[in-house]
Amino acid sequence: MDINTLNDYLSKDFNDSIELIDESYFKINHEILIDFAKFIKEDKKLMFDYLMCISSYDVGDKKHYGVTYNLKSTHLNHYLEFRIEVNDEEEIPSLTKLWGSADWHEREAYDMMGVKFSDHPNFKRILLPEDWDGYPLRKDFETPDYYRGMPVPKDKTYWE
Amino acid sequence: MKNLDKSIIKAEEMVLNMGPQHPSTHGVLRLKIHTDGEVVSKIEPIMGYLHRCFEKHCENLSYEQVVPFTDRCDYLASMHMNHAYSIAVEKMLDIELPERVEYIRVIVAELQRIASHLVACGVFGLDVGAITPFTWALRDRERILDLFEMLCGARLLYNYIWPGGVSHDLPPNFIQYTTEFLDYFEPKLKEFDQVLTGNMIFVERTADVGIITPKVGVNFGVSGPSLRGSGVNYDLRKDEPYSIYDKFDFDVPVGKGIMGTVGDSWDRYWVRMREIEESIKILRQAIAQIPNGDVHESRPKKVRPPKGHVYSRYESARGDVGFYIMSNGKNIPYRLKMRSPAFCNLSVFSEIAEGWMISDVITILGSLDIVLGEIDR
Repeated sequence: MDINTLNDYLSKDFNDSIELIDESYFKINHEILIDFAKFIKEDKKLMFDYLMCISSYDVGDKKHYGVTYNLKSTHLNHYLEFRIEVNDEEEIPSLTKLWGSADWHEREAYDMMGVKFSDHPNFKRILLPEDWDGYPLRKDFETPDYYRGMPVPKDKTYWE
Repeated sequence: MKNLDKSIIKAEEMVLNMGPQHPSTHGVLRLKIHTDGEVVSKIEPIMGYLHRCFEKHCENLSYEQVVPFTDRCDYLASMHMNHAYSIAVEKMLDIELPERVEYIRVIVAELQRIASHLVACGVFGLDVGAITPFTWALRDRERILDLFEMLCGARLLYNYIWPGGVSHDLPPNFIQYTTEFLDYFEPKLKEFDQVLTGNMIFVERTADVGIITPKVGVNFGVSGPSLRGSGVNYDLRKDEPYSIYDKFDFDVPVGKGIMGTVGDSWDRYWVRMREIEESIKILRQAIAQIPNGDVHESRPKKVRPPKGHVYSRYESARGDVGFYIMSNGKNIPYRLKMRSPAFCNLSVFSEIAEGWMISDVITILGSLDIVLGEIDR
């Protein structure tokens, strides 16, 4: 199924809450995420059973952060990409119950970008130490001067 | 004793820390293992000891400068990382590559796949107590590293495949040396099979251990030989041919459960061994067909992709590498996310390893073939 037929098929059920952008990805509202995810996973014509990647990104206005989901169907061999953008306070429902791979990817999105997920079974940092302050991939992140009393080399004179 | 109610003698649960400095965790991975006697009841992998801020660095470097950083992600298959990243950038720039570049890339990628699988299989043998095959695997891998040294001067971190081309053309006689290596290596593979693949001790340790069912594998995003070991025919080189893989004739080996159940540790090992054979097949065809030409003509003067995003996928030695790149029209990426195959393969680990003995945990971890550089990035 290519992106336009996919759009026609999906708009039947989710007419207002999804939007096709640039003919490459869908933008959806975080409130319908669980219904949407269940539908695309279980529908016989879609069967997106392989969640490849969840990547977070900074929208750039210091308030909104986005998450991109890339999916593939191993039975029907087609792809889907959709994005969700939320502000600092909103939480995205976790997809761990539907796809096991969502677990670590969601933790990574929280770790690096500070996107929060609700109903996650083990929601904590994954790559950074648990006492780390801030979310490093945000564009306004400032590297701290010290970490546990150790100076953080910011200046290039340290290695040049 | 058989009829004894086991709940009466339930031992106290013990938490065992394995790693980060432990030879069987293949790097700096720490496993928090909850054990009941010797049976594992829960595993919590803790990672991040090798985190080098790859994605943060990329946001401050130009597209060309990112290439050496991709080397350091998967240090056992650096060529694959270079290639995967270059394909992603070329997709954004919409570059047509000369035939010769594509052939060179396929040749080095398949040599790299052999080298990486040799380490995977050798170390897997070492994990379960077979020391000799490991030395043989490294001896043969050495010859591939020699070829790469001849090619670009480096033995491990190549920085060879660049967006739009490769850094150097093939040196004189490279094709001849590669053919010699293949002629030397093919019989050695049979030796390897004789000493390890059918070895009774090895089979006892690995068959029926750590079964990934196709459903669990797909659900957890497992890819590469680890998923194909479960009988799922999923190889990007065939399903969605990038580069020029559609020109070659090769098979995709999948696990059949010859020694036990489909998807056990032995199957994952066996798929890697058969994949080496397929790589040799591809290499022989590529060597026979490689055309002449200039390798630098398609290199762009400035890498400045238009606004937009790309998600490109690549079949590396460990599985499905994805590069998600967002561009805002500048010469540095706005956001670069790498979907690392070993990261997803490791996420299924606690699911399949629970209920096995501690010694089997080592087997299962070895059969997943993880590289910590890629997990922590």
